[in-house]
Amino acid sequence: MRGRRGWSWFWMALGALYFFVPLLATFLFSLHGKRGALGFAAYHKVFADPQFLQTFSFSLEMAVCTIILGLALFLPTVIWIHLRAPWAKPIVEIFSLLPFVIPPIVLVFGLIRLYSGPPIPLVQSRFLLVAGYVVLSFPYIYRSVDAGLRAMDLRGLSEAAQSLGAGWLTIMFKVILPNMRVALLSATFLTFAIVIGELTLAVMLAWPAFGPYMALMGRDLAYEPAALAILSFMLTWGLISVIQVVSRRVGGNGSSVGGAH
Amino acid sequence: MAFLELSGVVKRFGRNVVVDDFELAVAEGEFVSFLGGSGCGKTTTLRMIAGFETPSAGSIRIGGTEVVPLAPNRRGVGMVFQNYALFPNMTVRRNIAFGLRVAGWKPADITRRVEEMLALIHMEELGERFPHQMSGGQQQRASLARALAVRPRVLLLDEPLSALDAKIRASLRSEIRAIQRQTGITTIYVTHDQEEALSLSDRIVVMNAGRIEQVGTPFEIYNCPATPFVATFIGNLNLLEAEVADAGLGLLTVAGQRVRAAGPVPDGSRVQLALRPEMLTLDPAAESANCLAGTLASVVFLGSIVRLGITVGGLSVFLDQFNAPHLALPEVGAPVTVGFPREACLVSGMGQMESASVA
Repeated sequence: MRGRRGWSWFWMALGALYFFVPLLATFLFSLHGKRGALGFAAYHKVFADPQFLQTFSFSLEMAVCTIILGLALFLPTVIWIHLRAPWAKPIVEIFSLLPFVIPPIVLVFGLIRLYSGPPIPLVQSRFLLVAGYVVLSFPYIYRSVDAGLRAMDLRGLSEAAQSLGAGWLTIMFKVILPNMRVALLSATFLTFAIVIGELTLAVMLAWPAFGPYMALMGRDLAYEPAALAILSFMLTWGLISVIQVVSRRVGGNGSSVGGAH
Repeated sequence: MAFLELSGVVKRFGRNVVVDDFELAVAEGEFVSFLGGSGCGKTTTLRMIAGFETPSAGSIRIGGTEVVPLAPNRRGVGMVFQNYALFPNMTVRRNIAFGLRVAGWKPADITRRVEEMLALIHMEELGERFPHQMSGGQQQRASLARALAVRPRVLLLDEPLSALDAKIRASLRSEIRAIQRQTGITTIYVTHDQEEALSLSDRIVVMNAGRIEQVGTPFEIYNCPATPFVATFIGNLNLLEAEVADAGLGLLTVAGQRVRAAGPVPDGSRVQLALRPEMLTLDPAAESANCLAGTLASVVFLGSIVRLGITVGGLSVFLDQFNAPHLALPEVGAPVTVGFPREACLVSGMGQMESASVA
């Protein structure tokens, strides 16, 4: 029994090393920004570069737009599928896998071909970028929302609300959405992470986004990209821990029925 | 004057007819149960009244108004669900207040009404609990209070007790009936549990394969079943093959022994004789109208009653006897006699159950 336990610790440590050694190495490397001394010089430089803030805020803005558009599009759709068209579930599931199957480069060439001229000349518009991001984040939003809806008794709750006189807007905002906070949060953060790091769409549509900026830095500089990598890691981990905290607080509040009689 | 009226209601899913020609008139304040096995169409009928299903044909009227074209939230129908369907993100108070808020009540009136409802279900102390912090029984009471708070015209209960354990079920059952009497609300109760239906209802609608088999008071349903289905579905029943000896006099032959029903029996050489186990007595006094001789084959102890299995010339007959400390039963294998009055004989002819007590 003890030997078995020892082995499981061994494998866990090995896994942790696999993940943390490169991270640690990157972190240590990023501290060498100033010759001969360990320090946060590289980080200072990153923050001092006006392009960092510009590109980051641009991507942030795009992320917010993507999240709003994505949720506005998929949330009602998935709820509708759950309630009224369960037969459509497999079809939508296949659609939701397409962004994984079709590389972004194909998507972006398609978008450019379609929208560079009349009747819909969109290629100059930010909307096309956001639309592309919505496609990329579709699988993540769809899966999060689907999981959130599965975790509650959607039909029962919406029928109960209807029998109490509620219309669809009330049901949506007072009953369904408050019960899928965690799912919405994870959809939001996943979309955020995708948009912030996205390279292909932004480069091909020529937008000054954070992804291309990071790529550019990685090509031209040594320590700053390492600092950027660590920063983006911390951001992602920060967001994940927010999900954890919220889901734990809401946890017992799930739609589980039954319990002790 | 009927308050809730269903006439010619049909529901088809594709080619499958789930509810067929459903006719029912429910008086105001009446408690009616839909009773039947799973898939008999009882829940579908309830959901059509609530507005969650649209009838393929027929009309549903509440208080004289046709409700089929109305959305569920415009019908003034309260519903209680099998799995409670309380809003998990709200406390009991907020759950009860939900419908009142939607209806635009004043905050002071909402508070008063919510307290009133909490008192009605004896849960004044639990108003600030979330659904997951309560037992199933408490959740179902909260759900009942939520449905009643908005003063619906009709209350629909869809197997509200089937997710609960036996003890809670019995106590909540009487609570539901008491609350229904107190509020005087017209109630439709769907259940597959005959004991629930018999103990709660003013009238019972027994359903089978989408059709109504019989509508009647619990007393009528139990004592005068209209069809063989109702006879076998409600309560326990001994079904014995019998030959008609004299239809006019109600004389039958069961396993070579003569039995006389209270009235004429249908013509035909073979019929089925149905006897309720609790109508039979063991080793009756000489004046008992009907006697069947047999041997005791089994004794099963069921708590308050003891069920005896008796073989009568190759047929098996069950007899229920109240349990008592001084109960002395013959040994298994001993010869016994089963006695029953003429009125206990239910005779099936061509599919219609003729109750001798009516004849």
